[in-house]
Amino acid sequence: MAAQIQYAEVEVGTELPAASFPVTRATLVQYAGASGDFNPIHWNEKFAKEVGLPDVIAHGMFTMAEAIRVVTDWVGDPGAVVEYGVRFTRPVVVPNDDQGGLIEVTAKVAAKLDDNRVRVDLTAMSAGQKVLGMSRAVVELA
Amino acid sequence: MALDQSFVGRSYPPTDPYEVGREKIREFAAAVGDTNPVYSDPEAAKSYGYPDVIAPPTFVFAITFKAAGQVVEDPQLGLDYSRVVHGDQKFAYSRPVRAGDRLSVVSTIESVKSLAGNDVIDIRGEVHDETGEHVVTAWTKLVSRAPEEA
Repeated sequence: MAAQIQYAEVEVGTELPAASFPVTRATLVQYAGASGDFNPIHWNEKFAKEVGLPDVIAHGMFTMAEAIRVVTDWVGDPGAVVEYGVRFTRPVVVPNDDQGGLIEVTAKVAAKLDDNRVRVDLTAMSAGQKVLGMSRAVVELA
Repeated sequence: MALDQSFVGRSYPPTDPYEVGREKIREFAAAVGDTNPVYSDPEAAKSYGYPDVIAPPTFVFAITFKAAGQVVEDPQLGLDYSRVVHGDQKFAYSRPVRAGDRLSVVSTIESVKSLAGNDVIDIRGEVHDETGEHVVTAWTKLVSRAPEEA
C-alpha cells in the first residue's frame, strides 16, 4: 500500500481535485473491446433509438471507471480502494460529433472511519444531470 | 411475470479460472484513459509493493458479469434479458486484481423482487484466486423492465 495522502491531513468535507472525462463514439468502441461488453446501445445509434434511448449511451461501467479516477488519482495507489459502489441513475448520452459527451466528477471526504480509512462521496454529472447516485468509495490512506 | 422466490440463496458452481494478463490490464487502462503506471509498468507496481501490475478497480466486472451469466441465462429462472438494465454495482476488495491471477467466481442470488412490475435481481459474485485467497466481492443489481402495456 502506497497511498500518498495522509489520513491525519484530511477532514470531513475535504474536496478532492475534480476532473472531467470526455467520451466519444471512438472511446466507447475502445471500451467495448477492452471490457467485452458489445451491447449495441453503446455503438449503434439506430438500435439505441429503437429501444427508446435518445442516442448511443456510454456503458455504465465506463462511467463508473472514470468516476473512481478522481479517487485513485488523489490517493496515488489504486489498490488503496477498499470499497466502491454506484447506482446508475441516468445514461451518459454520446452524440456522434467531434465532442461527444462529458463526464464531470467531483468528490469529497464524507466520513473518517477506523483503520486510516475514509469514505469519499462522488458526484458524476453529464449534460447538467446526475448520472451516478449513491456513489461512494472507501479508501485506505497512509 | 414475477420471478420465483425460491431462487433466493441459490449459488452456482465456480467458474473456470480467468487468467488476468498484463496486456489485458493495459488495454483496459488505455480504454478508460488512465495513465497510472501501476497498471502498465511492473517496476512501478513493485514500488507500490505489488508483485506485478494491478488492474483498475472496475476491471473485474467483466469477469463477474460473465459469471453472472449463469444466473441470467438460467432457463429455470426465466429472466427476460432483452429488457435488463444495470441498476447498481458495488465492489469490496481484499486486494487489487493483478496480472497472473487465475480468478474463479461463485455467483449467488441474494434477492429477487418485483417492483412496479419490474423484476429486480441482486447477484453476489465472490472472486477467489488459485490459492483460494479472497480477492473481491462484486454485487450487481439487474432490473428487467416490465413490458409496455399492449
